[in-house]
Amino acid sequence: MEILSISNLSKNFYLHNPGLEIKSCQNINLALEKGEFIGIVGLSGSGKSTILKCINRSYLPMQGEIIYDSEAFGKINLSTATEREILYLRCHEIGYVSQFLNVMPRTTAKEHVMNALVDIGIDAKAAEIDANEMLVYFRLPETLWGIYPATFSGGERLRLNLAHAMVKKPRLLMLDEPTASLDNKTKLLVRDMLVKLKDTNTSMIGIFHDIEFMDGVCDRVFNLSEGRFVS
Amino acid sequence: MYLNEAPELSVNNLVVRYGDGCSDCQESLEKNRCKVCGTVWAVNGISFDVYPGEVLGIVGESGSGKTTLMRSLYFDFIPTSGNAALRGYKGGQANIWEASAAEQRMIKNVIMGMVYQNPVLGLRMDYSAASNIAEKIIAAGSRDAGQMTGRAKELLEAVEIPTSRMVEPPKNFSGGMQQRVQISKALANNPALLLLDEVTTGLDLSVQAKVLDLIRKIKARYGISILLVSHDLAVIRMLADRTIVMLDGKIVESGLTDQILEDPQHAFTQQLVHSLI
Ligand SMILES: Nc1ncnc2c1ncn2[C@@H]1O[C@H](COP(=O)(O)OP(=O)(O)O)[C@@H](O)[C@H]1O
Ligand SMILES: Nc1ncnc2c1ncn2[C@@H]1O[C@H](COP(=O)(O)OP(=O)(O)O)[C@@H](O)[C@H]1O
Ligand SMILES: [Mg+2]
Ligand SMILES: [Mg+2]
Ligand SMILES: [Zn+2]
Repeated sequence: MEILSISNLSKNFYLHNPGLEIKSCQNINLALEKGEFIGIVGLSGSGKSTILKCINRSYLPMQGEIIYDSEAFGKINLSTATEREILYLRCHEIGYVSQFLNVMPRTTAKEHVMNALVDIGIDAKAAEIDANEMLVYFRLPETLWGIYPATFSGGERLRLNLAHAMVKKPRLLMLDEPTASLDNKTKLLVRDMLVKLKDTNTSMIGIFHDIEFMDGVCDRVFNLSEGRFVS
Repeated sequence: MYLNEAPELSVNNLVVRYGDGCSDCQESLEKNRCKVCGTVWAVNGISFDVYPGEVLGIVGESGSGKTTLMRSLYFDFIPTSGNAALRGYKGGQANIWEASAAEQRMIKNVIMGMVYQNPVLGLRMDYSAASNIAEKIIAAGSRDAGQMTGRAKELLEAVEIPTSRMVEPPKNFSGGMQQRVQISKALANNPALLLLDEVTTGLDLSVQAKVLDLIRKIKARYGISILLVSHDLAVIRMLADRTIVMLDGKIVESGLTDQILEDPQHAFTQQLVHSLI
């Protein structure tokens, strides 16, 4: 059973000033089975992030279909779904993790994870229990829970981002170079976590820098070059 | 389910012009002003919906009509044409600008709360903070003085104004505190729709953070729909679910907030976003 099926996805960016069309991914076809973990590799600028951002609708797809098998809506085309449908899916079914922090000011690490739930209407007590569980799961040291994450190291940020995304128990998780700028020891830790996540049957698409990293984690690996998959 | 809900607010083809207009206006506009007759089309035919519990961001350069839109919704003046429906008024089936004066007062005081960019417009600077809130509660029809004091205390505590300062007039307060008193006043009657016009503009960064955090909490706790006007894209990014972009009284683009910021389509939005990087 496929949870996600992308066909003929292309995306260019038109910049009005200076009047320039930038080509990104071209005619992408990709099917993700339920519970599967697909890896995408490729040179910087080949269009990897563009694919994930089109799925997330942070970018507007220019052409092609992105059919997602939703729990709430059944099969839904993410390139044409309404904004409210996308918002709903981001709250309840689809998660996106990158190496970057995206937190409100004056928010501690633990509050940040809790807010992911509080913001979708779950009461603070229940949210706190789940947040604690996630922070433990992703091994963020308890001494950091009450701190503003702006000062966190790359590895700590990533663990926080994973906890923030996973606390909502998404069925589909996208990972955009989560291991970029991490040292080897932290990379191994992240690898362990992703293997554990796979066991929870979360379907995942991840972009990774180093192919070795994906060995034994990803079920299949695709290589993107100048916007197209090559074998 | 949540997606079947009717909009909290639905605005249709709203026009606000200053001046009488002429037959050549729409062909002779320079930005929002008619070159022939000098009429300013401050808001020029905009339509949008705000859904329950949603924060809709409105961005645009100065003079694009954001404040005019907000003040029309709050009945500070009646627009030239167009209609707006509120879920809480006749089931969303009637135009609020055609409501009777009494109905408009009810809508303004019970269904909506407004926070002006300039606190002087939203507060009585010489009355105490508590009386400012009481005034709003009385306007909604309550006469129970004891209950009012309790409510004022609760609201001011929620925005972190110390109880000891409740009796002081806002003119004694800093800009950030005045904005927080305005917010608590706007929340006094548990409105379904909150109108926020540049609430953080001109505040220190640390005070800004406080106000942003407060707005996030309000959204999460009360499930209020919020119309959030700001020229600060960082504020919009943090709080708005969806965003519309205004230019010269028109909407040039709308979408999910992150899409508007990361993949802007319109030349003006691209300029707005890229000027920040
Ligand atoms: N928001 C954007 N606006 C304009 N061009 C973009 C944008 N995002 C990506 N691009 C361009 O699309 C191409 C692919 O980028 P990206 O998908 O980020 O590649 P990768 O993730 O493989 O490094 C690059 O040429 C990049 O400059
Ligand atoms: N009372 C008025 N008479 C004439 N023009 C006005 C009046 N109030 C506002 N305007 C004009 O209407 C336009 C929109 O103003 P405003 O709604 O305040 O924009 P914004 O809040 O986006 O900065 C501007 O061109 C402004 O000069
Ligand atoms: Mg990338
Ligand atoms: Mg204004
Ligand atoms: Zn004219």
